[in-house]
Amino acid sequence: MDSDLSSQDQRDLDKFIKFFALKTVQVIIQARLGEKICTHSSSSPTGSDWFNLAIKDILDVSHEAKKALSGQLPGIGRSMCVEISLKTSEGESMELETWCLEMNEKCDKDIKVSYTVYNRLSLLLKSLLAITRVTPAYKLSRKQGHDYVILYRIYFGEVQLSGLGEGFQTIRVGVVGTPVGTITLSCAYRTNLAFMSERQFEQSAPIMGIIVDHFLDQPYGNQQPTMGHPCNYRAPSLEDGPTTGIDDSQEICTTSFSTSPPSQMTAGKDIGVTLVHNQSTYGTENPSAGEQAPCAPCGRGPPLGAGRGGQEGPGDRRRSPSSSDPLKSLTTFTRKVGAFVNKPNSQVTKTLDLPFAAFATPSLDKDDGDQMIHPPDSPLCPSPLQGSLHSQGSDESIPQPTDDFVMVDIKPAFSKDDLLPMDLGTFYREFQNPPQLASLSLHISTQSMADDLDSLPEKLAVYEKNIDEFDAFVDMLQ
Amino acid sequence: MNCRSEVLELTVESRQVEEAMLALLHTILLHRSTGKFHYKKEGTYSIGTVGTQDIDCDFIDFTFVRVSSDELDRVISKAVTEFKDALGNTGSDGMGRISLEFYQKKKSRWPFSDECIPWEVWSIKVNVVHLANEQERQICREKVGEKLGEKVINVVEVINRHEYLPKMPTQSEVDNVFDTSLKDVQPYLYKITFQITDTLGTSVSTTMRRLIKDTLAL
Repeated sequence: MDSDLSSQDQRDLDKFIKFFALKTVQVIIQARLGEKICTHSSSSPTGSDWFNLAIKDILDVSHEAKKALSGQLPGIGRSMCVEISLKTSEGESMELETWCLEMNEKCDKDIKVSYTVYNRLSLLLKSLLAITRVTPAYKLSRKQGHDYVILYRIYFGEVQLSGLGEGFQTIRVGVVGTPVGTITLSCAYRTNLAFMSERQFEQSAPIMGIIVDHFLDQPYGNQQPTMGHPCNYRAPSLEDGPTTGIDDSQEICTTSFSTSPPSQMTAGKDIGVTLVHNQSTYGTENPSAGEQAPCAPCGRGPPLGAGRGGQEGPGDRRRSPSSSDPLKSLTTFTRKVGAFVNKPNSQVTKTLDLPFAAFATPSLDKDDGDQMIHPPDSPLCPSPLQGSLHSQGSDESIPQPTDDFVMVDIKPAFSKDDLLPMDLGTFYREFQNPPQLASLSLHISTQSMADDLDSLPEKLAVYEKNIDEFDAFVDMLQ
Repeated sequence: MNCRSEVLELTVESRQVEEAMLALLHTILLHRSTGKFHYKKEGTYSIGTVGTQDIDCDFIDFTFVRVSSDELDRVISKAVTEFKDALGNTGSDGMGRISLEFYQKKKSRWPFSDECIPWEVWSIKVNVVHLANEQERQICREKVGEKLGEKVINVVEVINRHEYLPKMPTQSEVDNVFDTSLKDVQPYLYKITFQITDTLGTSVSTTMRRLIKDTLAL
């Protein structure tokens, strides 16, 4: 404690720093809820708005912040940090940014605590409001949903930036000098967001997920979260109601200032800050009897905060209680069957292990003279594509009990329905392997040439015999 | 006392002018507005509460924070709309500058009018470009959003230098420092002016001075 600082100033400064830290945490986390924040201006001071700014207090966040502080204050060598991270539905997480409230040893002994420091802390909070909307994590938080959620962690002590990856950037929000040190608020944010390219399915999902997705229900339906979290990480937890998020049990700040210029203030008239403790106990979920701005974030945005009373947090529940759980495991998705979707093997044509083999009719098994195709047998194709595109035989038009779609026997163009029932697949296969033209057949052409050669002498003899007629014809033409 | 002057430059598409200007002007005014002063006996006063609200831009990938005051928003929006219309008029080559000036009034003796002494001037130079297709507009949307973010960081950096600010006035002098006409918030006295560069590149011939907020006695 600085001996030059009066006890009143020291107490005031401690209060300012404490509530500045709490409000900083609220501003940062509320900016990551994923929704727009709106609070109302009030011309009359309510006494509960620290730093003359309408910043609502989410109860869980306050609880977490006080728990992290554990009665200490941010000071030299003791930084308060808020870590914002992203957690995907597969359970992978990535730190996005770390906000640091630090203090260094540079003191400003001439500064007035109750006036200048207070106003500058107010200005710093406004800067924090603006900067929290500028970092890349803001856009990510506005888009959080099924694929990922935004988590926060508050810790006290040394700043940890190693999780931000290489090339992280730093923004200094602002500094405020005090008689005991300079308060610095900064943000270090990740710039390398190439995390998504390394994601892998943990479950045995099809390689070509797009096929499955066509007929999938939303994998993150209204189901309970199944994943737990380390206790340091506080997943978004649900607000039970619209009013319980408001913390009315905070200390009330009744600020009043003297109109005398700061340099002329006397000890008797320097009012400073008077504090009145609210009677309600902190931490109880009293229904809020105070104001509640229509745009208050509590109860609407992704609830952040610890579980109450030691109860395990509900996990990564993101938004309202009725919203879907983003962490639904892929193994439990429900797959609906549609056209061209894999059917039990017993329904597939057995003899031909080919793509589209199932389109072949049972008559293909016979030696049919009209069939010019005798495709060779191919080995079993392990591709999931084949498996998913097999369908039952075209003759079957009875809806199977497990099918959601009814196979309709359609007579495509070019199909011969009089002699032989043929569907599009058979027609396609025939066209893929048309018969050779007879004239282009090697055997036939060879044979005709041999015949020609054999008959050539006879033809020459005939022509020589009739040579006089040919000469007369030529003379006639001349 | 020298007036602090800061210049911000921005290149935007024509439909982004309004939102970009609002974002920067409101960011500055957020830091230069306080709650309403309520003077009490014994020379003390209390300060009202300033609320804030997030505003999403429609044509820019950006969200900014402004003071929750419909009156202030109307005044700023009107000024920005006039600036945008002037930029869009024929004869303009798409370049202009809008200035937000904070000043103090200094009482002068009769017959002289009160003197307005600026202590901080923010100038935003705008260059309007026209884009050919939707793909370019989409890229511009993101780029301008990033640029606006950089400008907000610049504004915050300047403001947190904690350089000169007018002293807190007594009740009789509050109108010389603050704009007390609004019901819910109290910004420092300010005025918004703009000028458009015409096609000849001269800024003098087409200077248009608009005093959106002027509390001069005359």
